[in-house]
Amino acid sequence: MLESLLFIIMGLIVITCAIGVVFQKNPIYSAVFLIQTMVSLAVLYILLHAQFVAAVQVMVYAGAVMVLFVFVIMLLNVQRADQELGKDRLIFQKVSAIFLGLLLFAVIGIVTVRSVLQGTKGEYTPEHMNEIGNTQLVGKLLFTDYVFPFEIASILLFAAIIGAIILAKKELKE
Amino acid sequence: MIPLTWYLILSGALFTIGATGVLIRRNALVILMCIELMLNAVNLAFVTFSRHHDSMDGQIFVFFIMTVAAAEAAVGLAIIVAVFKNKATVNVDKINLMKW
Repeated sequence: MLESLLFIIMGLIVITCAIGVVFQKNPIYSAVFLIQTMVSLAVLYILLHAQFVAAVQVMVYAGAVMVLFVFVIMLLNVQRADQELGKDRLIFQKVSAIFLGLLLFAVIGIVTVRSVLQGTKGEYTPEHMNEIGNTQLVGKLLFTDYVFPFEIASILLFAAIIGAIILAKKELKE
Repeated sequence: MIPLTWYLILSGALFTIGATGVLIRRNALVILMCIELMLNAVNLAFVTFSRHHDSMDGQIFVFFIMTVAAAEAAVGLAIIVAVFKNKATVNVDKINLMKW
């Protein structure tokens, strides 16, 4: 009962804030709404017994990534430089985009409601996870079954760091 | 316990809002934020299926998606900063040098 109430409240917050991200004129307000969306999603992850993912969601997404976004918004002072209603805007863009979005949601909703969740059950039931600890299980899997993708992820992050520095650095005068 | 279908519908709604945002907005920064919304929707679906199958694999995949999202945000924002230095705008309608 309490669980359902928490789900409904958090789901409403997620949807409302996501709509806020799209329809706010000022990018900094969009960023704040996005932070609220991510924190509410972390609560939903805890409801789904994924405590490690919830903690990482708050730290990496609501923390690191959004700090990056807010920093760039402040750096560029976009609010003044960017007038969204230019004359070369597509006609009926907003109306047709909302129509296509509703169509997409209808398709996803119909498929989800009509399908039956089935498949084999694994060994990690919530009781089992509470016994050992979610974080310990994630760590164990990351360093055994998923050790190769884990190393690839480190290379990806390294490449991204170098790429970001190269792209954003000042051109050297010859 | 809440039916897991509700989580999937919430995930679908979140993905739809993100996709609509990419279509509506012309500000490159907000478009990147809408992409983050879509990635979050996929994460929610992964965790839901992980819960349904009593398996940890979905949560590991969420970890990797977060890695990719962090890399994408860093590189994307660096590109936006570089474009802003050249053209003094982040409006994607005005960034059309390579348009045919």
